[in-house]
Amino acid sequence: MTALKSAWSRVIGLLRRRAIDEDIDREFEFHVDMLAEEYESSGMPHREARNAAQRRFGNVTQLKERGRDLKISRVLDELCQDVKYGIRTLLHNPGFSILAILCLTVGIGANAAVYSWIEGILLRPYPLVANQDQVLVLSGTVPGAPKGTEISWPDFQDFRKNCTLIDAFIAEKIVGTTLSVGRDRADRIPGSVVSANYFDVMGIHPILGRGFEPEEESGRNAHPVVVIGYQLWKERFRGDPAIVGKTQRLNGVPHTIIGVAPEGFHGTFVGYSFQFWVPASMQETFDPGGYKLEDRSARWIEGFVRLKPGVSRTQAQTEISGVARRLEADYPTINRARGIELLPLWKSPFNAMDVLGPTLGVALVVVIAVLLIACANVGNLLLLKSFARKREITIRLAVGAGRVRLLKQLLTEGLILSTIATAGGLLLAYWGRNAFGLLFPPRNVVLRLPAELDWRVVALSAGVCLVSTLLFGLAPAILSSKVDLVDALKSESGSVVGGTGKAWIRSGLVLIQISLSFVLLVGAGLVVLSLIRMKNTSPGFSTENVLVTSVDTIAAGYDQQRAKTFQDELLRRLESISGVESAVFARKIPFTYSPFSSAPIAIDGIETRPGEEPRIDYNEVGPGYLATIGIPLLSGREFTREDNERSDLVAVVNETMAAEYWKGDSPLGRRLRVKGRSMRVVGVAKNSKYDNLLEAPKPFFFVPARQSTLGQSLNIRTSLRPEALAAALVREIHALDPDLAPGEIVTMREYVDRMASAQTVAVMVLSVFGGVALLLCAVGLYGVMSYAVSQSKREMGLRMALGANGSDVLRLVLLHGFTLMAGGVVLGLFASLGLTPLMGYLLYRVSPRDPVPFGTAFLVMAIASFTACSLPALRAMRTDPVQALRSD
Amino acid sequence: MPMKESELLQGTLDLLILKTLAGATLHGYRIAQKIKDLSDDVLRVEEGSLYPALYRMEQKGLIESEWGVSDNNRQARFYRLTRRGRREMQVEAASWDRLSAAVSRVLRAAEQKG
Repeated sequence: MTALKSAWSRVIGLLRRRAIDEDIDREFEFHVDMLAEEYESSGMPHREARNAAQRRFGNVTQLKERGRDLKISRVLDELCQDVKYGIRTLLHNPGFSILAILCLTVGIGANAAVYSWIEGILLRPYPLVANQDQVLVLSGTVPGAPKGTEISWPDFQDFRKNCTLIDAFIAEKIVGTTLSVGRDRADRIPGSVVSANYFDVMGIHPILGRGFEPEEESGRNAHPVVVIGYQLWKERFRGDPAIVGKTQRLNGVPHTIIGVAPEGFHGTFVGYSFQFWVPASMQETFDPGGYKLEDRSARWIEGFVRLKPGVSRTQAQTEISGVARRLEADYPTINRARGIELLPLWKSPFNAMDVLGPTLGVALVVVIAVLLIACANVGNLLLLKSFARKREITIRLAVGAGRVRLLKQLLTEGLILSTIATAGGLLLAYWGRNAFGLLFPPRNVVLRLPAELDWRVVALSAGVCLVSTLLFGLAPAILSSKVDLVDALKSESGSVVGGTGKAWIRSGLVLIQISLSFVLLVGAGLVVLSLIRMKNTSPGFSTENVLVTSVDTIAAGYDQQRAKTFQDELLRRLESISGVESAVFARKIPFTYSPFSSAPIAIDGIETRPGEEPRIDYNEVGPGYLATIGIPLLSGREFTREDNERSDLVAVVNETMAAEYWKGDSPLGRRLRVKGRSMRVVGVAKNSKYDNLLEAPKPFFFVPARQSTLGQSLNIRTSLRPEALAAALVREIHALDPDLAPGEIVTMREYVDRMASAQTVAVMVLSVFGGVALLLCAVGLYGVMSYAVSQSKREMGLRMALGANGSDVLRLVLLHGFTLMAGGVVLGLFASLGLTPLMGYLLYRVSPRDPVPFGTAFLVMAIASFTACSLPALRAMRTDPVQALRSD
Repeated sequence: MPMKESELLQGTLDLLILKTLAGATLHGYRIAQKIKDLSDDVLRVEEGSLYPALYRMEQKGLIESEWGVSDNNRQARFYRLTRRGRREMQVEAASWDRLSAAVSRVLRAAEQKG
């Protein structure tokens, strides 16, 4: 203890030394001046008087040193005393302390967790990447497109050459490949095509081998080299130390493994853990649509830039916009109205930030509300406790304890509470750091949404701890230190329910709690409602009786002919399984991350200027696709086995496309030109959803896979469960090729549900915290009501003695509780009406003012407050008038 | 003839300071002056021992201090008794009374015998 104390005194000595020294100096200076004046007035000359005065102090340095030591030890003693005293009072009242600490732990822990998610997902999303503050997203813009667009390689090179404020440009394209896991299962692994400087600029040093050399980014398919992720190396290659130099087939092309990325580097995408990187020269192998490195109109790059030190985003933006304008002037048809935008990482249009950002934003608002509720609760508890201690405090004031000291003591008490709670909260956040990722439904790729509990989060939590201490501790501290001595020493009792001196503060705190809880309940109700509506929305295709999976023949290195034979044979075998109605390959399953094929189209009779043709998405599908997936055909026919490489090119358009381009005429038999190939429209399909459930109807068409690109995704119409079909599917595939394995097999319902993940997460966050808030709020209300009842025992007793019966008293107490509740709900109502429109994107076909959630929230609130009030009310009813009047 | 500081017992200085502060809140210079005045210039407290005594007593919780404004409108540190200081003063004063009474009795007895 002594050692601890002396260590402490050294710390405090260092911290306070200057202040204490100055203090002593000023004190001595005053004394010397006074002495000198005294000597001067007795006739000594000015200078001599000063010298004499100074002499009396003798060795000032030594004197100061002694004084300083004493003063330091006094500061220390006082602190120790306050802390000891605080701990003692808290231990004295364990029920209160535990309740307060629990409330605060929940509040602070929830905040720490959300900060760590925001830090790990939004602000510094790429572990191991150096100087993420200086890294910005490079996105193209085009009028009319709400999200950023990709950039072409030639444009990218021109930006690279002409921007002086930017240190480095990085090109990246998210791709994937399929690698089999054992014999029965293949997994899609995400990777990316990057410019050669990728690892150097990101500050990532491979733990084995090397990154890319500058020349490896050019030359069509010239450099089949790959850097693999740590996890892939450990799991698939069993951590082979001699991996560098070995060959791995990726999308059918043998690649030389040149390096292994360090553990903890997951690439530069939010959500998935990336497992391989290939240089830009390999673009064609991974990114469908041909060789794009020399095509200025082929936009495929999702880029990053790193600013030079000291350069701001605005400066870099101004410069790059200038370059973009020059490129527009140089290539007017291709780059018409094309601009460039530099965005902070959390605004990236190239990943799920548009879903994650607002979800975390809502989570942040929610946890702040929960913290406020917790603070209000603890404030109320402290206030009640300080009333109970009023006499003690009054006596201490009366005998001359400094008010400042008293304030310090009360705050120390609060600080002890919140420090313990902060430690607990950080622990909660640490346990919950992966919880955010868990909220999202499982996928067949490793989902990675990590929390980052770094010093910033800890510092922020400490700040929250201090602020909340001030919030809940200062008000009661000031109030109780302002105690009027005379008034307080007189016995305090016989007050009217809720009418006591500082009752308005307690009631105010409860009012805030109720209104905040109400807002959270309304929010939770709204997202639950929109989730229900979303799940009940038809995507326009069947979600029942359809299974989807993939058989990746490209990754297995099949050529076109072999893939065609394999697919035909596999479909024949599948359709002979009892319970399977039909099976068909397509290039894309609706709602996957990767985009549909898209091309500028031309239609006879519609004039467009070159470069301005409408771009429309399409899917390459096999025969019987629409029937298999359950999209109704409005007119004409869908594709058959006869629509193959040898027959006429055909297409099926959707109803929106028919209406937009053929204006009421039947499009059947009309022609459509896609990339210069003329197709005959043979059918019109009903509209369905293509990219997500929320999209508005848009033009779309289908082309036969045999006349375009073969697809790898397999759609099966069957009444069988996925588990039941999985074994049969593997058996049939192995009969054809023992080395090939299917991807994960899921129902279409499951597939569509994964889309609703943002809403699901919001529902979870809001419901969990809404529940917590409600509980805290009920505790607060209960506390206030119990205290009010216990303080007004005499009044109750008197009323009962004068003839009021139990139910009158019950009514009185309940009425008081309900008045509080009603006030809070009205406040909350206004707050919600202002806040819920901000939830915009989370609400699907639900008005932010939908009466159902508002009504439900009111009902829940009413039940909660009734429960919280009824116990104290019953206690009041059982008051024994004789005893109540006698007490005190 | 003024007494030298060394002749003042350690406990005595503390008692004198406590006593001076009993009725008023004073700064260091005024404390020294008041002791001098009240003792008719017999007791002179040197600054070199006054301040260490003040800091020591403050640390013990006998007195407390805060900055204030002096008569001539200057910032000065004022000292006042705490509850504990007041108790200490009473105890010490009583024991001093006993001690000095005992000493004078011894002196008187010695005189009579002498």
